[in-house]
Amino acid sequence: MLRLEALHKRYATGEVALTSVDLEVPKGQVMALIGPSGAGKSTLIRCVNRLVPPSGGRIFFDSQDVTRLGSRKLLKMRRKMGMIFQEFALVERLSVMENVLSGRLGYVGFWRSFLRKYPQSDIDDAFRLLKRIGLDHMVDKRADELSGGQRQRVGIARALIQDPQLLLVDEPTASLDPKTSRQIMRLICELAHERNLACVINIHDVPLARMFAQRVVGLRLGEIVYDGTPEGLNDDVLTEIYGEEDWHINKYARKAARQESSCEKEETAKPAAMSV
Amino acid sequence: MAVSQQGNLKVWHRFDRKQQWISWAGWLTGTIIFVYCFQLISEKTFWMFVWDAPTQVGDLAYRMIPPTWGYFDKIWKPLWDTINIATLGTLLAIIIAVPIAFIAAANTTPSTKFVRPFALLAIVSSRSINSIIWALLLVAIVGPGLFAGIIAIGLRSVGFIAKLLYEAIEEIDPKQVEAIQATGAGRLQVLTYGIVPQILPAFAGISVYRWDINIRESTVLGLVGAGGIGLQLNASIMELAWSKVSLILIAIIITVIFSEWISAKVRHAII
Repeated sequence: MLRLEALHKRYATGEVALTSVDLEVPKGQVMALIGPSGAGKSTLIRCVNRLVPPSGGRIFFDSQDVTRLGSRKLLKMRRKMGMIFQEFALVERLSVMENVLSGRLGYVGFWRSFLRKYPQSDIDDAFRLLKRIGLDHMVDKRADELSGGQRQRVGIARALIQDPQLLLVDEPTASLDPKTSRQIMRLICELAHERNLACVINIHDVPLARMFAQRVVGLRLGEIVYDGTPEGLNDDVLTEIYGEEDWHINKYARKAARQESSCEKEETAKPAAMSV
Repeated sequence: MAVSQQGNLKVWHRFDRKQQWISWAGWLTGTIIFVYCFQLISEKTFWMFVWDAPTQVGDLAYRMIPPTWGYFDKIWKPLWDTINIATLGTLLAIIIAVPIAFIAAANTTPSTKFVRPFALLAIVSSRSINSIIWALLLVAIVGPGLFAGIIAIGLRSVGFIAKLLYEAIEEIDPKQVEAIQATGAGRLQVLTYGIVPQILPAFAGISVYRWDINIRESTVLGLVGAGGIGLQLNASIMELAWSKVSLILIAIIITVIFSEWISAKVRHAII
Protein backbone atom coordinates (compact mmCIF):
# COMPACT_ATOMS: atom_id res chain seq x y z
CA MET A 1 0.00 0.00 0.00
CA LEU A 2 2.52 2.60 1.22
CA ARG A 3 6.25 2.00 0.97
CA LEU A 4 9.03 4.42 1.82
CA GLU A 5 12.51 3.69 0.51
CA ALA A 6 15.49 5.53 1.95
CA LEU A 7 13.35 8.62 2.50
CA HIS A 8 15.53 11.60 3.29
CA LYS A 9 14.62 15.16 4.18
CA ARG A 10 16.93 18.07 4.71
CA TYR A 11 15.38 21.51 5.19
CA ALA A 12 16.73 24.64 3.55
CA THR A 13 18.11 25.64 6.95
CA GLY A 14 20.42 22.61 6.76
CA GLU A 15 18.57 20.72 9.46
CA VAL A 16 18.21 17.02 8.63
CA ALA A 17 14.75 15.83 9.69
CA LEU A 18 14.87 12.32 8.21
CA THR A 19 18.14 10.52 7.56
CA SER A 20 17.05 7.42 5.68
CA VAL A 21 13.71 5.88 6.46
CA ASP A 22 12.48 2.55 5.08
CA LEU A 23 8.94 1.70 5.98
CA GLU A 24 6.07 -0.30 4.62
CA VAL A 25 2.45 0.00 5.71
CA PRO A 26 0.03 -2.63 4.40
CA LYS A 27 -3.64 -2.08 3.68
CA GLY A 28 -5.87 -2.04 6.76
CA GLN A 29 -3.06 -1.49 9.25
CA VAL A 30 -3.23 1.18 11.93
CA MET A 31 0.33 2.21 12.66
CA ALA A 32 1.38 4.61 15.40
CA LEU A 33 4.48 6.70 14.85
CA ILE A 34 5.96 7.74 18.17
CA GLY A 35 9.04 9.70 19.11
CA PRO A 36 10.20 12.85 20.89
CA SER A 37 9.53 16.33 19.51
CA GLY A 38 11.81 17.03 16.58
CA ALA A 39 12.24 13.35 15.72
CA GLY A 40 10.76 13.95 12.25
CA LYS A 41 7.29 12.44 12.72
CA SER A 42 5.47 15.41 11.21
CA THR A 43 7.99 15.70 8.40
CA LEU A 44 7.57 12.03 7.57
CA ILE A 45 3.83 12.13 7.06
CA ARG A 46 4.02 15.48 5.25
CA CYS A 47 6.53 13.98 2.83
CA VAL A 48 4.04 11.26 1.94
CA ASN A 49 1.55 13.72 0.43
CA ARG A 50 4.35 16.13 -0.45
CA LEU A 51 3.12 19.04 1.63
CA VAL A 52 6.83 18.96 2.41
CA PRO A 53 8.92 17.99 -0.61
CA PRO A 54 11.28 15.11 0.25
CA SER A 55 14.93 15.66 -0.63
CA GLY A 56 15.83 12.05 -1.33
CA GLY A 57 14.50 8.51 -1.51
CA ARG A 58 11.24 7.25 -2.88
CA ILE A 59 7.64 6.93 -1.79
CA PHE A 60 5.47 4.30 -3.41
CA PHE A 61 1.75 4.58 -2.95
CA ASP A 62 -0.83 2.62 -4.88
CA SER A 63 2.08 1.30 -7.05
CA GLN A 64 3.06 4.84 -8.15
CA ASP A 65 6.17 6.78 -7.14
CA VAL A 66 4.80 9.86 -5.38
CA THR A 67 8.15 11.67 -5.52
CA ARG A 68 8.10 11.66 -9.34
CA LEU A 69 4.55 12.89 -9.91
CA GLY A 70 3.91 16.09 -11.86
CA SER A 71 1.79 18.73 -10.15
CA ARG A 72 -1.49 17.64 -11.78
CA LYS A 73 -0.99 13.99 -10.92
CA LEU A 74 0.09 14.93 -7.42
CA LEU A 75 -3.26 16.64 -6.83
CA LYS A 76 -5.03 13.48 -8.00
CA MET A 77 -2.84 11.39 -5.71
CA ARG A 78 -3.59 13.61 -2.70
CA ARG A 79 -7.28 12.81 -3.09
CA LYS A 80 -6.42 9.25 -2.10
CA MET A 81 -4.67 10.36 1.09
CA GLY A 82 -6.87 11.79 3.80
CA MET A 83 -5.11 13.97 6.34
CA ILE A 84 -6.15 14.76 9.90
CA PHE A 85 -4.36 17.57 11.69
CA GLN A 86 -3.13 18.65 15.06
CA GLU A 87 -5.42 21.44 16.26
CA PHE A 88 -7.84 20.40 13.53
CA ALA A 89 -6.96 22.98 10.85
CA LEU A 90 -10.59 23.56 9.92
CA VAL A 91 -11.39 26.69 7.93
CA GLU A 92 -12.68 28.58 10.95
CA ARG A 93 -15.10 30.90 9.21
CA LEU A 94 -16.79 28.26 7.07
CA SER A 95 -19.69 26.09 8.23
CA VAL A 96 -19.37 22.46 9.30
CA MET A 97 -20.93 21.37 6.00
CA GLU A 98 -18.55 23.50 3.93
CA ASN A 99 -15.60 22.13 5.86
CA VAL A 100 -16.70 18.55 5.27
CA LEU A 101 -17.41 19.20 1.60
CA SER A 102 -13.98 20.81 1.18
CA GLY A 103 -12.70 17.22 1.30
CA ARG A 104 -14.21 16.86 -2.20
CA LEU A 105 -12.28 19.80 -3.69
CA GLY A 106 -9.97 17.46 -5.55
CA TYR A 107 -12.97 15.94 -7.34
CA VAL A 108 -15.09 18.97 -8.28
CA GLY A 109 -14.18 21.81 -10.61
CA PHE A 110 -13.37 25.34 -9.48
CA TRP A 111 -16.70 26.99 -10.27
CA ARG A 112 -18.77 24.23 -8.71
CA SER A 113 -16.74 24.51 -5.52
CA PHE A 114 -16.77 28.32 -5.62
CA LEU A 115 -20.58 28.41 -5.96
CA ARG A 116 -20.94 25.54 -3.45
CA LYS A 117 -22.78 23.48 -6.09
CA TYR A 118 -21.50 20.06 -5.06
CA PRO A 119 -22.98 16.93 -6.67
CA GLN A 120 -25.88 15.44 -4.69
CA SER A 121 -23.87 12.26 -4.12
CA ASP A 122 -21.22 14.29 -2.25
CA ILE A 123 -23.88 15.94 -0.13
CA ASP A 124 -25.43 12.53 0.66
CA ASP A 125 -21.98 11.33 1.66
CA ALA A 126 -21.44 14.37 3.86
CA PHE A 127 -24.75 13.82 5.68
CA ARG A 128 -23.93 10.13 6.15
CA LEU A 129 -20.53 10.94 7.62
CA LEU A 130 -21.89 13.70 9.86
CA LYS A 131 -24.42 11.23 11.21
CA ARG A 132 -21.69 8.67 11.76
CA ILE A 133 -19.57 11.11 13.78
CA GLY A 134 -22.60 12.39 15.64
CA LEU A 135 -22.68 15.96 14.33
CA ASP A 136 -25.67 15.83 11.97
CA HIS A 137 -27.43 18.44 14.11
CA MET A 138 -24.62 20.97 13.59
CA VAL A 139 -24.50 21.14 9.81
CA ASP A 140 -24.84 24.92 9.61
CA LYS A 141 -22.73 25.85 12.65
CA ARG A 142 -19.55 27.75 11.92
CA ALA A 143 -16.44 25.72 12.65
CA ASP A 144 -15.19 28.21 15.25
CA GLU A 145 -18.32 27.64 17.32
CA LEU A 146 -17.50 23.97 17.96
CA SER A 147 -15.62 22.41 20.86
CA GLY A 148 -12.24 20.75 20.33
CA GLY A 149 -13.63 17.23 20.11
CA GLN A 150 -16.34 18.30 17.69
CA ARG A 151 -13.82 20.10 15.49
CA GLN A 152 -11.62 17.07 15.26
CA ARG A 153 -14.67 15.01 14.28
CA VAL A 154 -15.31 17.43 11.45
CA GLY A 155 -11.63 17.07 10.51
CA ILE A 156 -12.08 13.30 10.38
CA ALA A 157 -15.18 13.64 8.21
CA ARG A 158 -13.30 15.98 5.84
CA ALA A 159 -10.55 13.39 5.44
CA LEU A 160 -12.93 10.48 4.93
CA ILE A 161 -15.20 12.15 2.38
CA GLN A 162 -12.16 12.14 0.08
CA ASP A 163 -12.71 8.38 -0.12
CA PRO A 164 -9.04 7.82 0.72
CA GLN A 165 -7.03 4.62 0.83
CA LEU A 166 -4.60 6.01 3.36
CA LEU A 167 -5.08 8.19 6.42
CA LEU A 168 -2.24 10.46 7.50
CA VAL A 169 -2.94 11.60 11.04
CA ASP A 170 -0.77 14.25 12.70
CA GLU A 171 -1.09 14.42 16.51
CA PRO A 172 -4.89 14.16 16.48
CA THR A 173 -5.24 14.45 20.26
CA ALA A 174 -2.61 17.06 21.06
CA SER A 175 -5.12 19.70 22.17
CA LEU A 176 -7.85 17.46 23.59
CA ASP A 177 -8.66 16.29 27.11
CA PRO A 178 -7.90 12.62 27.99
CA LYS A 179 -11.42 11.33 27.52
CA THR A 180 -12.03 13.13 24.23
CA SER A 181 -8.60 11.95 23.08
CA ARG A 182 -9.63 8.34 23.55
CA GLN A 183 -12.95 8.91 21.80
CA ILE A 184 -11.23 10.53 18.84
CA MET A 185 -8.60 7.76 18.59
CA ARG A 186 -11.34 5.13 18.83
CA LEU A 187 -13.32 6.85 16.09
CA ILE A 188 -10.32 7.09 13.77
CA CYS A 189 -9.42 3.42 14.30
CA GLU A 190 -13.00 2.21 13.87
CA LEU A 191 -13.43 4.14 10.65
CA ALA A 192 -10.08 2.92 9.37
CA HIS A 193 -11.10 -0.69 10.06
CA GLU A 194 -14.56 -0.25 8.52
CA ARG A 195 -13.02 0.99 5.29
CA ASN A 196 -9.91 -1.14 5.47
CA LEU A 197 -7.61 1.89 5.28
CA ALA A 198 -3.92 2.04 5.96
CA CYS A 199 -3.40 4.57 8.72
CA VAL A 200 -0.28 6.35 9.97
CA ILE A 201 -0.86 8.17 13.25
CA ASN A 202 1.75 10.54 14.71
CA ILE A 203 1.24 10.54 18.41
CA HIS A 204 3.33 11.48 21.41
CA ASP A 205 1.00 9.89 23.93
CA VAL A 206 2.50 6.41 24.36
CA PRO A 207 -0.39 4.87 26.35
CA LEU A 208 -2.82 5.93 23.60
CA ALA A 209 -0.56 4.42 20.96
CA ARG A 210 -0.43 1.18 22.96
CA MET A 211 -4.18 1.15 23.31
CA PHE A 212 -5.18 1.69 19.69
CA ALA A 213 -2.41 0.80 17.26
CA GLN A 214 -1.65 -2.61 15.79
CA ARG A 215 1.91 -1.62 15.17
CA VAL A 216 4.22 0.96 16.67
CA VAL A 217 7.17 2.58 14.95
CA GLY A 218 9.58 4.63 17.04
CA LEU A 219 11.45 7.49 15.44
CA ARG A 220 14.50 9.18 16.94
CA LEU A 221 16.49 11.91 15.22
CA GLY A 222 15.07 10.97 11.84
CA GLU A 223 15.76 7.26 12.15
CA ILE A 224 13.55 4.28 12.92
CA VAL A 225 14.73 2.75 16.19
CA TYR A 226 11.75 0.49 16.90
CA ASP A 227 9.28 -1.31 14.67
CA GLY A 228 7.01 -3.88 16.28
CA THR A 229 3.93 -4.61 18.32
CA PRO A 230 2.58 -2.27 21.01
CA GLU A 231 3.26 -5.04 23.55
CA GLY A 232 6.95 -4.95 22.67
CA LEU A 233 7.26 -1.36 23.91
CA ASN A 234 9.21 -2.10 27.10
CA ASP A 235 11.35 0.25 29.17
CA ASP A 236 14.48 -0.39 27.14
CA VAL A 237 12.69 0.45 23.93
CA LEU A 238 11.19 3.63 25.37
CA THR A 239 14.64 4.64 26.60
CA GLU A 240 16.02 3.94 23.15
CA ILE A 241 13.36 6.21 21.59
CA TYR A 242 13.06 9.01 24.12
CA GLY A 243 16.27 8.83 26.13
CA GLU A 244 16.89 8.01 29.82
CA GLU A 245 13.88 8.30 32.12
CA ASP A 246 12.27 6.23 34.89
CA TRP A 247 9.28 4.78 33.02
CA HIS A 248 7.78 3.24 36.16
CA ILE A 249 7.52 6.41 38.14
CA ASN A 250 4.32 6.16 40.22
CA LYS A 251 2.54 8.17 42.87
CA TYR A 252 4.81 7.12 45.75
CA ALA A 253 7.95 7.52 43.75
CA ARG A 254 6.82 11.02 42.72
CA LYS A 255 6.12 11.96 46.31
CA ALA A 256 9.50 10.67 47.42
CA ALA A 257 11.19 12.50 44.59
CA ARG A 258 9.49 15.74 45.60
CA GLN A 259 10.61 15.43 49.22
CA GLU A 260 14.11 14.62 48.17
CA SER A 261 14.40 17.66 45.94
CA SER A 262 12.92 20.02 48.55
CA CYS A 263 15.45 18.73 51.11
CA GLU A 264 18.20 19.40 48.66
CA LYS A 265 16.98 22.94 48.17
CA GLU A 266 16.94 23.70 51.89
CA GLU A 267 20.43 22.42 52.41
CA THR A 268 21.87 24.43 49.57
CA ALA A 269 19.90 27.54 50.47
CA LYS A 270 21.21 27.91 54.04
CA PRO A 271 24.92 28.46 53.44
CA ALA A 272 24.10 30.79 50.56
CA ALA A 273 22.02 32.98 52.85
CA MET A 274 24.77 33.23 55.43
CA SER A 275 27.38 34.40 52.99
CA VAL A 276 25.39 37.49 51.93
CA MET B 1 23.98 54.43 37.89
CA ALA B 2 26.11 55.93 40.57
CA VAL B 3 26.88 54.28 43.84
CA SER B 4 29.13 56.13 46.26
CA GLN B 5 30.41 55.42 49.74
CA GLN B 6 29.76 57.95 52.50
CA GLY B 7 31.23 56.56 55.70
CA ASN B 8 29.66 53.13 55.98
CA LEU B 9 26.56 54.17 54.01
CA LYS B 10 26.06 53.13 50.40
CA VAL B 11 24.40 56.00 48.55
CA TRP B 12 22.67 55.50 45.23
CA HIS B 13 21.80 58.17 42.65
CA ARG B 14 20.10 57.61 39.32
CA PHE B 15 22.83 59.54 37.48
CA ASP B 16 26.49 60.05 38.30
CA ARG B 17 28.12 63.52 38.33
CA LYS B 18 29.06 63.44 34.63
CA GLN B 19 25.59 62.44 33.51
CA GLN B 20 24.10 65.23 35.64
CA TRP B 21 26.31 67.83 33.90
CA ILE B 22 25.36 66.49 30.45
CA SER B 23 21.69 66.64 31.30
CA TRP B 24 21.99 70.21 32.63
CA ALA B 25 23.89 71.34 29.49
CA GLY B 26 21.22 69.73 27.33
CA TRP B 27 18.42 71.68 29.03
CA LEU B 28 20.42 74.91 28.75
CA THR B 29 21.02 74.47 25.00
CA GLY B 30 17.36 73.64 24.47
CA THR B 31 16.24 76.79 26.26
CA ILE B 32 18.66 79.00 24.27
CA ILE B 33 17.44 77.56 20.96
CA PHE B 34 13.82 78.04 21.98
CA VAL B 35 14.32 81.69 22.94
CA TYR B 36 16.27 82.41 19.76
CA CYS B 37 13.62 80.81 17.52
CA PHE B 38 10.84 82.62 19.32
CA GLN B 39 12.55 85.92 18.54
CA LEU B 40 13.00 85.02 14.87
CA ILE B 41 9.34 84.10 14.48
CA SER B 42 8.21 87.07 16.49
CA GLU B 43 10.07 89.50 14.22
CA LYS B 44 8.23 88.13 11.16
CA THR B 45 4.79 88.08 12.72
CA PHE B 46 2.39 90.98 12.52
CA TRP B 47 1.32 90.83 16.14
CA MET B 48 -1.35 93.33 15.46
CA PHE B 49 -3.26 90.70 13.47
CA VAL B 50 -2.73 88.04 16.10
CA TRP B 51 -4.03 90.21 18.96
CA ASP B 52 -6.93 90.93 16.67
CA ALA B 53 -7.77 87.21 16.24
CA PRO B 54 -10.53 86.86 18.88
CA THR B 55 -12.37 89.82 17.35
CA GLN B 56 -11.97 88.26 13.90
CA VAL B 57 -13.30 84.92 15.11
CA GLY B 58 -16.24 86.64 16.71
CA ASP B 59 -16.87 88.61 13.56
CA LEU B 60 -16.71 85.48 11.39
CA ALA B 61 -19.04 83.60 13.70
CA TYR B 62 -21.41 86.55 13.62
CA ARG B 63 -21.48 86.50 9.83
CA MET B 64 -21.85 82.71 9.72
CA ILE B 65 -24.88 82.65 11.99
CA PRO B 66 -27.50 81.96 11.00
CA PRO B 67 -26.59 79.78 7.99
CA THR B 68 -28.43 80.52 4.79
CA TRP B 69 -30.78 77.54 5.01
CA GLY B 70 -32.32 78.42 1.65
CA TYR B 71 -29.03 77.68 -0.02
CA PHE B 72 -29.47 74.03 0.84
CA ASP B 73 -31.37 73.14 -2.37
CA LYS B 74 -28.29 74.30 -4.28
CA ILE B 75 -25.87 72.06 -2.36
CA TRP B 76 -27.67 68.73 -2.04
CA LYS B 77 -26.70 67.85 -5.62
CA PRO B 78 -22.92 68.47 -5.13
CA LEU B 79 -23.19 66.71 -1.78
CA TRP B 80 -24.65 63.68 -3.52
CA ASP B 81 -21.84 63.95 -6.09
CA THR B 82 -19.33 63.93 -3.25
CA ILE B 83 -20.74 60.69 -1.83
CA ASN B 84 -20.73 59.17 -5.31
CA ILE B 85 -17.11 60.16 -5.91
CA ALA B 86 -16.15 58.46 -2.65
CA THR B 87 -18.19 55.31 -3.30
CA LEU B 88 -17.25 54.79 -6.95
CA GLY B 89 -13.63 55.72 -6.22
CA THR B 90 -13.51 53.13 -3.45
CA LEU B 91 -15.03 50.47 -5.70
CA LEU B 92 -12.49 51.26 -8.42
CA ALA B 93 -9.72 51.03 -5.83
CA ILE B 94 -10.95 47.66 -4.55
CA ILE B 95 -11.02 46.19 -8.06
CA ILE B 96 -7.41 47.23 -8.66
CA ALA B 97 -6.12 46.63 -5.12
CA VAL B 98 -7.25 43.03 -4.56
CA PRO B 99 -5.04 41.44 -7.24
CA ILE B 100 -2.15 43.72 -6.25
CA ALA B 101 -2.51 42.60 -2.63
CA PHE B 102 -2.30 38.93 -3.58
CA ILE B 103 0.77 39.63 -5.71
CA ALA B 104 2.39 41.66 -2.93
CA ALA B 105 1.76 39.19 -0.09
CA ALA B 106 4.87 37.09 0.46
CA ASN B 107 2.86 33.89 0.88
CA THR B 108 0.67 34.20 -2.22
CA THR B 109 2.90 36.05 -4.69
CA PRO B 110 3.59 34.20 -7.94
CA SER B 111 7.22 35.33 -7.88
CA THR B 112 9.12 37.04 -5.08
CA LYS B 113 11.87 38.32 -7.33
CA PHE B 114 10.06 39.55 -10.43
CA VAL B 115 6.42 40.43 -9.76
CA ARG B 116 6.34 41.31 -6.07
CA PRO B 117 8.61 44.40 -6.32
CA PHE B 118 6.29 45.91 -8.92
CA ALA B 119 3.27 45.38 -6.71
CA LEU B 120 5.08 47.00 -3.80
CA LEU B 121 6.14 49.90 -6.02
CA ALA B 122 2.54 50.41 -7.16
CA ILE B 123 1.43 50.48 -3.54
CA VAL B 124 4.07 52.98 -2.47
CA SER B 125 3.52 55.33 -5.38
CA SER B 126 -0.24 55.32 -4.91
CA ARG B 127 0.11 56.01 -1.21
CA SER B 128 2.73 58.71 -1.45
CA ILE B 129 0.68 61.02 -3.67
CA ASN B 130 -2.18 62.81 -1.94
CA SER B 131 -5.58 62.61 -3.60
CA ILE B 132 -5.68 66.36 -4.17
CA ILE B 133 -2.46 66.08 -6.20
CA TRP B 134 -3.89 63.13 -8.11
CA ALA B 135 -6.95 65.32 -8.75
CA LEU B 136 -4.82 68.23 -10.04
CA LEU B 137 -3.10 65.86 -12.49
CA LEU B 138 -6.35 64.22 -13.56
CA VAL B 139 -8.20 67.49 -14.08
CA ALA B 140 -5.41 68.36 -16.51
CA ILE B 141 -5.68 64.96 -18.21
CA VAL B 142 -9.41 64.15 -18.35
CA GLY B 143 -10.79 67.63 -17.73
CA PRO B 144 -12.66 68.96 -14.68
CA GLY B 145 -15.62 67.11 -13.21
CA LEU B 146 -16.75 64.04 -11.32
CA PHE B 147 -14.79 61.60 -13.43
CA ALA B 148 -11.45 63.14 -12.48
CA GLY B 149 -12.52 63.02 -8.83
CA ILE B 150 -13.50 59.36 -8.96
CA ILE B 151 -10.19 58.35 -10.51
CA ALA B 152 -8.20 60.54 -8.11
CA ILE B 153 -9.90 58.95 -5.11
CA GLY B 154 -9.50 55.51 -6.67
CA LEU B 155 -5.79 55.86 -7.38
CA ARG B 156 -5.06 57.22 -3.93
CA SER B 157 -6.98 54.37 -2.26
CA VAL B 158 -5.39 51.52 -4.20
CA GLY B 159 -2.21 51.68 -2.15
CA PHE B 160 -4.03 51.98 1.16
CA ILE B 161 -6.33 49.01 0.53
CA ALA B 162 -3.66 46.85 -1.08
CA LYS B 163 -1.18 47.47 1.73
CA LEU B 164 -3.55 46.63 4.57
CA LEU B 165 -4.98 43.68 2.65
CA TYR B 166 -1.61 42.15 1.85
CA GLU B 167 -0.63 42.45 5.49
CA ALA B 168 -3.81 40.60 6.38
CA ILE B 169 -2.98 37.90 3.81
CA GLU B 170 0.46 37.47 5.29
CA GLU B 171 -1.01 36.99 8.74
CA ILE B 172 -3.36 34.13 7.87
CA ASP B 173 -3.16 30.77 9.60
CA PRO B 174 -1.08 28.58 7.24
CA LYS B 175 -2.48 25.36 8.74
CA GLN B 176 -5.91 25.97 7.26
CA VAL B 177 -4.29 26.46 3.87
CA GLU B 178 -2.27 23.29 4.31
CA ALA B 179 -5.40 21.32 5.16
CA ILE B 180 -7.10 22.46 1.95
CA GLN B 181 -3.97 21.61 -0.08
CA ALA B 182 -3.96 18.13 1.44
CA THR B 183 -7.38 17.39 -0.09
CA GLY B 184 -5.93 17.68 -3.59
CA ALA B 185 -7.48 21.11 -4.23
CA GLY B 186 -6.10 23.22 -7.09
CA ARG B 187 -4.47 26.65 -6.67
CA LEU B 188 -7.66 28.65 -7.11
CA GLN B 189 -9.57 26.37 -4.80
CA VAL B 190 -6.89 26.75 -2.13
CA LEU B 191 -7.27 30.51 -2.57
CA THR B 192 -11.07 30.56 -2.26
CA TYR B 193 -11.35 27.98 0.53
CA GLY B 194 -8.13 28.35 2.49
CA ILE B 195 -7.32 32.06 2.22
CA VAL B 196 -10.39 34.12 1.30
CA PRO B 197 -12.53 33.12 4.33
CA GLN B 198 -9.65 34.11 6.59
CA ILE B 199 -9.19 37.60 5.15
CA LEU B 200 -12.86 38.44 4.53
CA PRO B 201 -13.40 40.31 7.82
CA ALA B 202 -10.22 42.34 7.31
CA PHE B 203 -11.21 43.06 3.71
CA ALA B 204 -14.65 44.34 4.69
CA GLY B 205 -13.21 46.44 7.50
CA ILE B 206 -10.51 47.97 5.29
CA SER B 207 -12.90 48.78 2.43
CA VAL B 208 -15.49 50.46 4.61
CA TYR B 209 -12.82 52.36 6.53
CA ARG B 210 -11.34 53.65 3.27
CA TRP B 211 -14.79 54.63 2.01
CA ASP B 212 -15.26 56.58 5.19
CA ILE B 213 -11.93 58.39 4.65
CA ASN B 214 -12.78 58.98 1.00
CA ILE B 215 -16.00 60.80 1.85
CA ARG B 216 -13.90 63.30 3.82
CA GLU B 217 -11.22 63.55 1.11
CA SER B 218 -13.73 64.04 -1.70
CA THR B 219 -15.17 67.12 0.03
CA VAL B 220 -12.00 69.04 -0.84
CA LEU B 221 -11.51 67.74 -4.40
CA GLY B 222 -13.84 70.45 -5.70
CA LEU B 223 -11.20 73.04 -4.74
CA VAL B 224 -9.17 71.93 -7.76
CA GLY B 225 -12.17 71.39 -9.99
CA ALA B 226 -12.66 67.66 -9.58
CA GLY B 227 -16.34 67.88 -8.69
CA GLY B 228 -18.27 67.65 -5.44
CA ILE B 229 -19.10 70.00 -2.60
CA GLY B 230 -15.60 71.55 -2.50
CA LEU B 231 -16.43 73.65 -5.55
CA GLN B 232 -19.36 75.36 -3.76
CA LEU B 233 -17.28 75.74 -0.63
CA ASN B 234 -14.52 77.47 -2.55
CA ALA B 235 -16.93 79.73 -4.37
CA SER B 236 -18.66 80.74 -1.14
CA ILE B 237 -15.37 81.56 0.56
CA MET B 238 -14.26 83.61 -2.47
CA GLU B 239 -17.43 85.72 -2.42
CA LEU B 240 -17.17 86.02 1.41
CA ALA B 241 -20.61 84.49 1.79
CA TRP B 242 -19.91 83.18 5.28
CA SER B 243 -23.45 82.13 6.02
CA LYS B 244 -23.27 79.82 2.99
CA VAL B 245 -19.89 78.49 4.14
CA SER B 246 -21.34 77.57 7.52
CA LEU B 247 -24.24 75.75 5.85
CA ILE B 248 -21.80 73.75 3.72
CA LEU B 249 -19.69 72.90 6.76
CA ILE B 250 -22.77 71.67 8.61
CA ALA B 251 -23.74 69.57 5.59
CA ILE B 252 -20.24 68.03 5.44
CA ILE B 253 -20.25 67.22 9.15
CA ILE B 254 -23.63 65.51 8.87
CA THR B 255 -22.44 63.47 5.88
CA VAL B 256 -19.27 62.39 7.68
CA ILE B 257 -21.19 61.36 10.79
CA PHE B 258 -23.55 59.38 8.58
CA SER B 259 -20.64 57.60 6.84
CA GLU B 260 -18.97 56.78 10.16
CA TRP B 261 -22.24 55.33 11.40
CA ILE B 262 -22.55 53.13 8.29
CA SER B 263 -18.97 51.92 8.48
CA ALA B 264 -19.32 51.05 12.17
CA LYS B 265 -22.50 49.08 11.37
CA VAL B 266 -20.86 47.17 8.51
CA ARG B 267 -17.79 46.29 10.59
CA HIS B 268 -19.98 44.98 13.39
CA ALA B 269 -22.07 42.93 11.00
CA ILE B 270 -19.13 41.21 9.33
CA ILE B 271 -16.65 40.50 12.11
